[in-house]
Amino acid sequence: MAYSDKVVEHYKNPRNVGSLDKSDPNVGTGLVGAPECGDVMKLQMKVNPDTRVIEDAKFKTFGCGSAIASSSLATEWVKGKTVEEALAIKNTDIVRELALPPVKIHCSVLAEDAIKAALGDWKKKQGEVEAKPAETSAAAN
Amino acid sequence: MAPKLPIYMDNHATTPVDPRVVEAMKPYFTEKFGNAASRNHEFGWVAEEGVENARAQVARLINATPKEIVFTSGATESTNLAIKGVAEMYREKGNHIITQVTEHKATLDTCKRLEKYGYEVTYLPVEKDGRINLDDLRRAITPKTILISIMYANNEIGVVQPIAEIGKIAKEKGIFFHVDGVQAIGKIPVDVQKDGIDLMSISAHKIYGPKGVGALYVRRKNPRVQLAAIIDGGGHERGMRSGTLNVPGIVGLGKACELCQQEMAAESERLRGLRERLRESIMSRLDETFINGSMEHRLPHSLNISFAYVEGESLLMGINDVAVSSGSACTSATLEPSYVLKALGVGEDLAHTSIRFGLGRFNTQEEVDYVADRVVETVSRLRELSPLYEMAKEGVDISKMKWVAASDTH
Repeated sequence: MAYSDKVVEHYKNPRNVGSLDKSDPNVGTGLVGAPECGDVMKLQMKVNPDTRVIEDAKFKTFGCGSAIASSSLATEWVKGKTVEEALAIKNTDIVRELALPPVKIHCSVLAEDAIKAALGDWKKKQGEVEAKPAETSAAAN
Repeated sequence: MAPKLPIYMDNHATTPVDPRVVEAMKPYFTEKFGNAASRNHEFGWVAEEGVENARAQVARLINATPKEIVFTSGATESTNLAIKGVAEMYREKGNHIITQVTEHKATLDTCKRLEKYGYEVTYLPVEKDGRINLDDLRRAITPKTILISIMYANNEIGVVQPIAEIGKIAKEKGIFFHVDGVQAIGKIPVDVQKDGIDLMSISAHKIYGPKGVGALYVRRKNPRVQLAAIIDGGGHERGMRSGTLNVPGIVGLGKACELCQQEMAAESERLRGLRERLRESIMSRLDETFINGSMEHRLPHSLNISFAYVEGESLLMGINDVAVSSGSACTSATLEPSYVLKALGVGEDLAHTSIRFGLGRFNTQEEVDYVADRVVETVSRLRELSPLYEMAKEGVDISKMKWVAASDTH
């Protein structure tokens, strides 16, 4: 698989690797994917409840190079954005930025899902009503 | 001393041609270019002599007679010829074939095609160690069974099947026994008499010979095996395989077999030592690593390890100056993890994390040490990145988690 330079760069120097305190009410955690599918992403964001600005983001990913790059890029993008701005990030933006080949598009979908799941978790913690919490929207496959 | 990069350690896929093989082949491209089927001039005779010498070299390596060797374009063709050739020739006798689930696709897809034409195929399961159960085989045999096709050693995990025992059962029941010998020949002793083999597929490029040439061993007595040809034409190879012989390739295959015969004992001991060095070096420094397949019944140069919590393709990316291969779905065209590992009962999560190391004639100890270091370093780095490793360390049972599928299906 020939990857773009950007994927290789993110793979070699992933941004914002790590974990935030998941019990912190201002931290939203999204865990998406499944080990038997070969990719699992954990994305965490610390959001200022007053400004709704994402102040910190961390990730850990089990998956191929483009899954790692997609989640690394996602953390870079969401930092400094408001919750609403972050929710507007589309997987196609990630595909374009990383020049992902068609077989790797699901990695970008997973990254978008991870953003939505993490912010859904944050909203739940904040007492905001989530119409469809991402964590329970699909059964394990 | 730092080894020269990149390092090739994927010798189950193919091997470099031994320089001595290249030397043997060279004259057959230029001054000895004749058609081995030309019976009335010197050019033809010289080419034929090269072919017949190669036939004897191949036969000697597996304890056959030269007349039992049919040259082909490679082992895929040999396997097609063996299975389809027997199926057609012995249709009156029966229509049942027995094989097993971890065979190479050349065998599995040939059998699948025959199923479309009304043949019945039993695909035996394998045990956890990758070997078939002989009682399963005995139970699968029916009065309609005409062929058993089982590989000598597996291409992904290097596990060696109980070939002599299978050969004995086949002989008792009067059923022909075809063996895909590709990974085993030249690496461990293979003897068609002792092993009771009636047909065997052979490839040159797995034994330091050229690509595009192979052979099929076809037993001529006790019992004599007859084959319906799948390629018709000028009646070459006693009618079993028409088409002008690839003389330089055949000469190369012969020379490769001769070298294997001379060097196998020493080479396999050396490679076993290197393989064990690689295994110990990696597994002593990393936790949660698992060997796939039997260690006891395994080719000496073969190693297949799953590195839990690290996806195989990302591992390959991290060791990109080392050529190995992975059972991960991401590295396959079908996006399915290895069917071989699945058949062993390896969970899909661990199949995604598997790496196959194939040592070969030209690998050195320095290379093994370098590869082990790179693997340990990369796995450690990727585990720092892995949410699964973190959860496992926190004591979360990942197999009991409820996972949220991605929005698309794959």
